[in-house]
Amino acid sequence: MENREAAQGQPRKRNIDRRGFLKIGGGLAAAGAGVYLLPGCGGGSNNTSGEKETIRIVSSLPRTGSARGQTNTIVNGIQMAIEDYNGEIGNFKIDYVDWDDATAAAGKWDGPTEKANAQKAIADPDVMAYIGPYNSNAAKISMPELNEAGLVQISPAVTWPGLTKKIKGVAPDEPEKYRPAKRVTFCRVCTTDDLQGPLAADFAKDELKVKKVYILDDKELYGEGLAKLFRQQCDQIGIQVLGQEGIDTAAIEFGGLMTKIKGLGPDLIYFGGTTQTKGGQLAKDMVKAGLTCPMLAPDGCYEQAFIDSAGAENLNNRAYVTIVGLDPSQLTGKGADFVKRYKEKYKNDPEAFAVYGYECAKVVLEAIKKVNKKDREEIMKAVLATKDFTAGAVGGAGGWGFDANGDTTLRQVTVSRVEGGKFVPKKTVTK
Amino acid sequence: MLHFLVTALGPEFGQYLLIGLVTGLLYALIALGYTMVYGIIELINFAHGDLFMLGSFFALQWAIWLGVANIKGEAIPGASTSAVVLAILLVLLAAPLFCAALNVTVDRLVYKPLRNAPKLAPLVSAIGVSFIFMNAGVFWMGTYDLNFPELVPQHNLTPGTAVAVSYRHIMVLCVTLPVMVALTLFVRYTALGKAMRATAQNPTAAQLMGINVDRVIAATFAIGGALAGVAAVVYGLYNNTVSYQMGFQTGLYAFTAAVLGGIGNIPGAVLGGILIGLIRSLGTAYVGDQWSQSLIFGILIVILIFRPNGLLGARTREKV
Repeated sequence: MENREAAQGQPRKRNIDRRGFLKIGGGLAAAGAGVYLLPGCGGGSNNTSGEKETIRIVSSLPRTGSARGQTNTIVNGIQMAIEDYNGEIGNFKIDYVDWDDATAAAGKWDGPTEKANAQKAIADPDVMAYIGPYNSNAAKISMPELNEAGLVQISPAVTWPGLTKKIKGVAPDEPEKYRPAKRVTFCRVCTTDDLQGPLAADFAKDELKVKKVYILDDKELYGEGLAKLFRQQCDQIGIQVLGQEGIDTAAIEFGGLMTKIKGLGPDLIYFGGTTQTKGGQLAKDMVKAGLTCPMLAPDGCYEQAFIDSAGAENLNNRAYVTIVGLDPSQLTGKGADFVKRYKEKYKNDPEAFAVYGYECAKVVLEAIKKVNKKDREEIMKAVLATKDFTAGAVGGAGGWGFDANGDTTLRQVTVSRVEGGKFVPKKTVTK
Repeated sequence: MLHFLVTALGPEFGQYLLIGLVTGLLYALIALGYTMVYGIIELINFAHGDLFMLGSFFALQWAIWLGVANIKGEAIPGASTSAVVLAILLVLLAAPLFCAALNVTVDRLVYKPLRNAPKLAPLVSAIGVSFIFMNAGVFWMGTYDLNFPELVPQHNLTPGTAVAVSYRHIMVLCVTLPVMVALTLFVRYTALGKAMRATAQNPTAAQLMGINVDRVIAATFAIGGALAGVAAVVYGLYNNTVSYQMGFQTGLYAFTAAVLGGIGNIPGAVLGGILIGLIRSLGTAYVGDQWSQSLIFGILIVILIFRPNGLLGARTREKV
């Protein structure tokens, strides 16, 4: 008779045929490894042509999770830029590798993965430029690494101002803590939140006639920082802030929170955060709780995934989203050409940051063309010295450039409203 | 007394109570699955939360097939009430069957061979199955937050009063409460229920009495799975968002609820679930949303210090 308690700690007779299992499992593993390695045997190095050296550009963007829709278009933009040169500049072949800094488990960017990407890029001698990341919090992690190694980093979407300059609202040790080597190696083609946050508040007061606002943030560098900048401006122009709160981004619904906010009676809810940190769910729960006020969100929510995750009917005519720069439908000249080419090639509309992906790649490739040398230092100097840049798709006739901090000289923010399940630009401010 | 509380805590207090009760009942349904499996084979089925997630994906897919939702998961407008009710009933039938079948299969393939192994082996296997389910969810529906069709309207049925009741709250109450009552009656009065209680008390003696223990365990997994399926449909209709990660989060709260009420104990799971729902709702309202997790687990720790077997743990001798 079996005595369960006495038998607890003792090894039991197994019914499993372990040898048989190992035979099958080992065989499968060996076959899989063989299939995997075989194609690699044929095409060994990238240098098939012999004389041409390879310059590699890598990008680190969240390719897993709901940001995928947006980053797909950014990567497409980068590839379009490389095709403009037919993949070759001077004596060099241009190789582009698209890395993921998100994990399936997190559903969004992941710290250790971003750090690993930065270190991979530094270790590879062919890598001359690092495009990315997409999230300000991820930039916090990769910037110091790339700064020390002297590899130029250019981002299409990171907007937290504290990464490059000291203004009111950033932490006291920013941006020095991202530049351990005491020089600038990071630049970005998108405008920063010191414009986006206050302009959102101005828009709320002037266009939406808001008197009371409740602010929510996702407790990340970008979201919380933006909420703080928005709040600073609200205090200045006379909008009453009923409260500010960080949300639990791991929660699956926010019914109680929205009921509490409803009790306070705001004219607007501002969310500093992204689609990946539950922007869509907040919008849904807002409508479910019976709130009738509009919602204002920043560029982290400026993607189709945000509209899909909230449900278009929960957002139509009541959700406003700000974007640094212009909505793709507003682009003119070369920008409009880019949108047209994108649509023809990929049969889809480009998302808001696609043109910035294209611009980042163009800046890097033009710098490589100018320098014509496979040298990280030279290429970085050329990238950071970009002035009156007209070879890309943004900036109009006069072009744009980087200032001493690595920020773009383009200072535009657009506010769009969700109508019919799409973003419709309402107001653009240029400073 | 209630009047005093309402005036002291603000007019939304009743609303918070309602929200807490409703989400608590959902957690309770899932907690029942954890508690039953633990009661019978002393295994914490970590994969149960992810089974719930897969059940909701299946319910979504079924709703799309039935034609009440388009491919994006949004409800197709203009469907008649009877068609919608019929669709909901069909989904409520299909999703629990799917989850029950999946649960029984996993038990047969993964846990049964480890029935006599040291306790750690099936535990780690359950964690492994949890990851497999989660990745299956990613492959099935992607990493986006998905819309579940809004088949149950959410307008306020009691405008003008402090508490906004909608059809959704009524739906949750009407589905979860009868299911829990049915489960309790089943366990207490049917032969299979008796067999389950006997197996939970002493598997060897149960075998001696002629009970096919493997069948009973499979039945337990099936019932637990079916409960997760019902919870998945109700959750989807109430919350309208499903994602591949919600299994972990909800499963954690449900498991906490089961432990809080006394693991292995059916009324305990229900009590624990309702408590967790209320703590979360009131905590969000009066302490702050970012503290809700810390609050739940803090209260769990305090209660376990004073009652290590959970709230109803030591009192009832019956386990399932």
